[in-house]
Amino acid sequence: MLEITVNNITHQLDIEPDTPLLWVVRDELELKGTKFGCGLAQCGACTVHLDGKAIRSCVTPISAVAGRLITTIEGITPISESIAPDEPKQLHVLQEAWIEQQVPQCGYCQSGQIMSAAALLEANPTPSDADIDIAMAGNVCRCGMYGRIRKAIHSASTKLEQINPKAEELELAPIASDQEQETDNG
Amino acid sequence: MGKWTRRAFLTTGALVGGGLIVGVAIRPGHRTPKLAELVENEGETLVNAWVKILPDNSIKVIVPHAEMGQGVHTVLPMMLADEMDADWNTVSMEQAPAHEEYASNDIVREFALPGKAPGIVEDTLKGVTLKLAQQMGLQITGGSFSVRGTGTWGMRTAGAAARELLVNAAADQWGVAANQIRAENSYLYHDQSNRSAPFSALAEAAAKVKGSTQPTLKSPDQFKIMGKHVERFDIPSKVDGSAVFGVDVELPNMKYACVKCAPVFGSKVSSVDSRDAEKMNGVIKVVNLGAGIGVIAERYWQAKKALDKIKVTYTQPDIQALSSADMFTQFGQAMDAAVANGDEEDDYKIGNARSVLSRSSEVIEAEYRVPHLAHSTMEPMNCTAWAHLDQLEIWAGLQNPLGIRNLLADEFDFERDQVVINNVYLGGGFGRRAMDDYPVQAAKLALALPGVPVKMIWSREEDTQQDFYRPAVMSRFKACLDSSGKPEAWENQFVDKHEPVEAPTLPYSVANQYIHYVNSPTHIRFGPWRSVDHTQHAFFTESFIDELAAKAGADPYQYRYDLLSNDLRARSVLETAAKMSDWGKPLPEGWGQGIALHRSFNTIVAEVVDVDMSNGKPRVDKVFCAADPGYAMSKDGFIAQMESGIIYGLTAAMYGEINIENGAVVESNFHNYKMLRMNESPDIEVEIINSGTDTLGGGGEPGTPPIAPAVTNAIYAITGNRLRQLPINKHVIA
Repeated sequence: MLEITVNNITHQLDIEPDTPLLWVVRDELELKGTKFGCGLAQCGACTVHLDGKAIRSCVTPISAVAGRLITTIEGITPISESIAPDEPKQLHVLQEAWIEQQVPQCGYCQSGQIMSAAALLEANPTPSDADIDIAMAGNVCRCGMYGRIRKAIHSASTKLEQINPKAEELELAPIASDQEQETDNG
Repeated sequence: MGKWTRRAFLTTGALVGGGLIVGVAIRPGHRTPKLAELVENEGETLVNAWVKILPDNSIKVIVPHAEMGQGVHTVLPMMLADEMDADWNTVSMEQAPAHEEYASNDIVREFALPGKAPGIVEDTLKGVTLKLAQQMGLQITGGSFSVRGTGTWGMRTAGAAARELLVNAAADQWGVAANQIRAENSYLYHDQSNRSAPFSALAEAAAKVKGSTQPTLKSPDQFKIMGKHVERFDIPSKVDGSAVFGVDVELPNMKYACVKCAPVFGSKVSSVDSRDAEKMNGVIKVVNLGAGIGVIAERYWQAKKALDKIKVTYTQPDIQALSSADMFTQFGQAMDAAVANGDEEDDYKIGNARSVLSRSSEVIEAEYRVPHLAHSTMEPMNCTAWAHLDQLEIWAGLQNPLGIRNLLADEFDFERDQVVINNVYLGGGFGRRAMDDYPVQAAKLALALPGVPVKMIWSREEDTQQDFYRPAVMSRFKACLDSSGKPEAWENQFVDKHEPVEAPTLPYSVANQYIHYVNSPTHIRFGPWRSVDHTQHAFFTESFIDELAAKAGADPYQYRYDLLSNDLRARSVLETAAKMSDWGKPLPEGWGQGIALHRSFNTIVAEVVDVDMSNGKPRVDKVFCAADPGYAMSKDGFIAQMESGIIYGLTAAMYGEINIENGAVVESNFHNYKMLRMNESPDIEVEIINSGTDTLGGGGEPGTPPIAPAVTNAIYAITGNRLRQLPINKHVIA
C-alpha cells in the first residue's frame, strides 16, 4: 500500500511501485488534465509539481513520491467544493493569461506548459525572456504557440506584481481551507 | 437527386416530437426528418442542417468538423451567426454526428468548383456534391477547407437563409412588408410599429415559409462577427485540464491496451511467444493484430510492461530500397530512366522549355532532396473501442470520422449504423488523424474482448515508427536566363505526385516551363503532412528561383517582384512582407535575410526571416509573414494558424528527418526526432491582407510551405552556401 498526496488530498493505493506517477494520477485518481506525451521526460506534457517544483510524472515511479505533496493542473485552480457548481470557476493568474492571449490550439501540451510556468513564477515572479527560455525549454508545443506562451507568462507576472508586489507573499496555489483540513486528517 | 418540395417542410413539422423544423434552407431533398432524429433534442427547433433555435432564444450551431486547435468549432459558428444576425453571446456549438447527413458536401463542392458558381447551377451542384461526399464517406477535416468550403457554402448560406425565414415569418404575422423588418442580436424589429420579437417566438411560424438556397450574403462592410477577434469556445477547457481528448475517455470497467507493430511496413507476425507476458500481473489477453501484437490489461502500465516481454518474429517483405540512401538512389535512377526513355508524366507545360534549354549557352542545374517526416502530434495515437449490444462503438480524435465508420463497418462486418463514432478533441492532427490504422487496431482489440471497453494508447515510439510519412522527395531543375537575367526556361522533374496538384507550379511568369514527374514508390507509407506536397515543392521552387536571382545578380525580393507582373495579388503579398521586414535593412555581422513566397490552399503567403549565424549556427530571430486568404473570417484565429504553421515548418526545416535503415524507421522519440522549443522559437509578426471574399483561402496549412526556403535563402545570403537538402542542422556549413 502506497500513500500519496495529490492536490492536498491523501490517497492509499494498492499498485505496482514502479508505475509512473502519470498513470496513477490519470487512471487511479481520474485527474485527466496531466497528459502522456513521450514517456521519456522529453516533452513536458506530463508536468506536475512535486513539493512545488516541476517534474515529469511519466518517468517518476509512484514509489519515489510516496508521502510527498503533488499538485496537478486540477489543483492549481483555487476551487473548493464549497463553491456552488454554477458559480464561475476561479482561475489561476496563468490560466487567465492563457485565455487572454488565446494560447492553446490543440491544447494537449498546455497543462504541462502551465505547470512549468507556475513553477517558474513561484521561484522567479518576474522572469526575463532568458529565464522563460530555460524554464520552458522542456515543454514541447507541437502547435508552435511559444510566442503566445511567452507573452502570457509576462502578462501573468505583471498582473501578480500589481496584485501582490512583495514576492514572498505570492501564493500561486491557494489552498481551500476544507482541503487543508482533509490533508491534516489524512 | 432530391428536389425541394413544399411537402417536405409541412410533413417535417409533424414528424418531430416536441421540436419544430423551421425549414430546410440549405440542402435539397426531403431529408430534414433524418437530420432531426440525429441532432434535435426535446424543445429545440432545427432550422436546417446546421442551426437550432432553442426555446430560450439561444442558438446552437452544428459543426461537422473536428477541432484540433485550428479553431473550427468557433469560426464556423461565427460565420453562421453573423449572417443570421444572431446574438453572439448566446451562440454555442455542438459536434455533428458521423453520419451521411453531415458528409462534407461543401468541401467536395469547393474542391470541384472553387469560387462562386452561377446561381442557376447552385442547387444542382449541391445535390451532386452531397451525393459524391456520401459515396466517398467523406466527413473530413483537412485540406484547409473548413472555412472556405463548409463555412462559405454551408454556414454563411444557412445563417442568411435562416434569417430570411424568420424575417418572412415576422412579416406574415405582423402584416407588414418583409423589407421593413430588421434582425439584430437574435431579435426581429418592425420599427414603424414599434414591434419586436425574439427569433424563438417566430421559429414555429417560420416553419411554414420556404427557405431560399440563394439568400443574399452580407458584404464585408456589413460583417459584425466575421473578421473580428472572437475568443475560441474550446480554450477555457484547455487551460484547466478539463478538455476531453481521445486519451481521456473513461468508460465503466474499461481495460487498457498497448500495441507494437512490425518495424518494417509490409511484415506480418509469423510467431509469438507470449507465455511470460500472460503470467504477468493484470494481463487479460494477448491479441495478434496481423501486423503486430496487442496486450490488454487491467492497467496501462501492466499492458506496457507485458508487451515488452513478448517475443515476436515477423515475415520479411520483399523490399528493394532498404534505407533512405537506397531510396534516393532509386529516385535518381527512376528520374534518369524517365528522361532517357521519354516516360515523363507531364505535370505542367507551357512554351517549349526543352528546346530553349538545348539552345542555351548556360543552363543552371540543381538537385534538391527532402527526407521523410513524421507528424508527431502531441497526443500519441489512441482509440477506445467497445463491442457491445451488437454495436461497435468508437471514441477517438478523428479527421475523417465518417470514413472511419464506413471502413470499420465493412472490415468487421457490421451494418454502418451499428458502428457509432464519438469524435473528441484531437491533440494535434496535421493530417495524421485522417488515417484509419489506429481505430482499426482498437476495434480488433475490443472485438477480442466483447462487452468490455478497451482503451488502446500508442507509445511515442510506436507513434514515431508507425506513422504515414511526408515522403522523401527528390527534385531536379534546369533553367536558363534571358539577357535581362529573367528565367527564359524552367524544367523541373520530381518523384511522386500526391496533392494538391498545383503544388509544384510557379507564381512567376516564365514563358517556357516543363514540369514533370516519375512515380518511384517505396514501402514507406504515405500520409498527408500539413500542406502535403506544398511543403516540399515550396522548398524546391523557392530555393531554385533564389538561385536564379543570385545568378542574375539580382536582389532576391526585387527579382521575384519583377516576375509577378501577372499576379498582382501575389506581388502585393510579397511587397507587404518586404515592407514589414524592412527588407535590405542593415544587420549585424553574421546576420542575413531570406524571402519566400508560396500559394497553397488558395492563400498566398510571403515570409521574410532575419537569421543570425554570428556564432556559426543558424538561429531564426524573427519571421515576418504576410498572408492573403481573401478574407480572414477569424482574425486572431488566422494569425494563430500562420504562427503555428511557421513553427511546424521551421521544426521540420531545422531538425526534421526520419531515416530508414534495414527497412525500418530509426527515430523513436523526441530525443532523436527533435522538436523546436521555446528557446529556439522566433518572434513572428503576421499581417493579413483581406483582398476580397470571392476567393477564400485556407488557414491551417499555408503558413508552413514558405518557411524552409526563407531560412535556407537567408543562410545563402549570409554564407554563400546553398542548402539543397534538409534538415538545415544536418547540412549547414557555417
